[in-house]
Amino acid sequence: MKLRTILRHLREGFKNIIRNGWMSFASMSSIFISLLILGIFLLLALNVNHMAAQIESQVQIRVFLQLNVDQAKITDLKNKIGNLTEVSKITFVSKAEGLEILRKNLGEDNKDLLDGYDKEKNPLPDSFTVEVYDPQTIESAAKQIDAINKADELAPIGKIKYGQGTVETLFKITNAVRYIGIIIVIGLAVTAMFLISNTIKMTIIARRREIGIMKLVGATNSFIRWPFFIEGALIGIISSVITTIVVLVGYSELVKYTQMGLSLMMIKLVTLEESGWLTATLLIGLGTLIGIWGSTISVRKYLKV
Amino acid sequence: MIEMQDIWKTYIDGTHALKGVSVRIDRNEFVYLVGPSGAGKSTFMKLIYREEVPTKGQISVNGFNIGKLKPRKIPFVRRNIGVIFQDFRLLPKLTVFENVAFAMEVIEAPTRVIKKRTLEVLDLVGLKHKHASLPSQLSGGEQQRVSIARAIVNNPSVIVADEPTGNLDPETSQGIMNLLEEINFRGATIVMATHNRDIVNSMRKRVIAIEDGNIVRDEARGEYGYEA
Repeated sequence: MKLRTILRHLREGFKNIIRNGWMSFASMSSIFISLLILGIFLLLALNVNHMAAQIESQVQIRVFLQLNVDQAKITDLKNKIGNLTEVSKITFVSKAEGLEILRKNLGEDNKDLLDGYDKEKNPLPDSFTVEVYDPQTIESAAKQIDAINKADELAPIGKIKYGQGTVETLFKITNAVRYIGIIIVIGLAVTAMFLISNTIKMTIIARRREIGIMKLVGATNSFIRWPFFIEGALIGIISSVITTIVVLVGYSELVKYTQMGLSLMMIKLVTLEESGWLTATLLIGLGTLIGIWGSTISVRKYLKV
Repeated sequence: MIEMQDIWKTYIDGTHALKGVSVRIDRNEFVYLVGPSGAGKSTFMKLIYREEVPTKGQISVNGFNIGKLKPRKIPFVRRNIGVIFQDFRLLPKLTVFENVAFAMEVIEAPTRVIKKRTLEVLDLVGLKHKHASLPSQLSGGEQQRVSIARAIVNNPSVIVADEPTGNLDPETSQGIMNLLEEINFRGATIVMATHNRDIVNSMRKRVIAIEDGNIVRDEARGEYGYEA
């Protein structure tokens, strides 16, 4: 294609948006509204996912040792468990520390329950707190720790606890919430595509005469298609950029204003830095694709003259 | 040059628009196509600029076998045929200049050439001073002049005109006919379907009459031959 033809197509693409002002506006509005709803749900889904991850990350394994385990064995165990691929962190909690933690957890009112227990008289065993990279692997990590214990002739571990039963239910719920979020977002994306491409189709039906005349004077199909392609892409880009700005500015304001209230409830929203790029890429990418797709499909229908 | 050999055209709904038409139109001829509505005149013309393909028979325009043309080649054949309609078919949102220049942009002519040639043909049809107007700001006769300018801007060897004066008053029609005659004089072959008895009778060109899908009359210096 000659350079001046490329420039001509670009010029015509721009001009057509202006010439068909109301139709362009209709397409842009429909893209804007569809993507706005999609963007809001996307951020909602990201936050739900974020919260689910926060809850899951609080899951950990407590490994209680027998009472008579010596220091060398403790170091040996710590190394073995720490070397498991799932394990991200292992902390040793001595019996004295364990007593302190227990006292603290019981609170002021029930403090006297532990009266009489001190350094000399401590019923608690030494223990490890084990954290894993992926909370969903906690069960397999616990099993491997159990295997380490069984391989040892002394069987130095008394108990392994990770909230068996409760954890599985928690994961079922958080996973369900994630899948529902993904399904809603995909469903909205598909709906948006049809809604938008329909609007674009209507604007092009209004211009089938124009296409007919172009064919009559001997325009090749690609010559006719290019300006429509550029026009569709521009409409998609312009409206999705506007949508992205509205969604992200709105979201950052929301994060700002709710920070105080939500942090009291131990909830942290996804920050703009974490969600901004994904949202922008998805919205602008989808908007542009839909713009191009809608106009290309519709033009093709009227090219068969 | 246009040549049809035993052309049949049957539409999907079963209508036989043409039933074995054979005709030869030479370079630089001026031909009137007359006949009642629905006789097959429009089909005859559509076959020439390849909006329709014949069901049977052979048609060649400027040496191209129109019926067997590859879709890819159609645009290039059309560039050598100018088409004029009763309803002008201008793009309402483009100016007069843009409507005409458009046909040259399609053939990827240089911008400088487009500008020069477009103003030249607008001058020929007498509308150079209205180049910046929109079609809606022009009279019917002026709009038809713009569509003629568009049809001739690429110097096609064949002009096909389907009732170009159908929507115009007698005086304006005469102006359009003078213009077509001028274009014919400059070398283009013209095929024009019309119901305008006065124009056919006053200009005395070749007349081909079509009735019910057949050529019933073909006279070198013919008359309209139907009651108005």
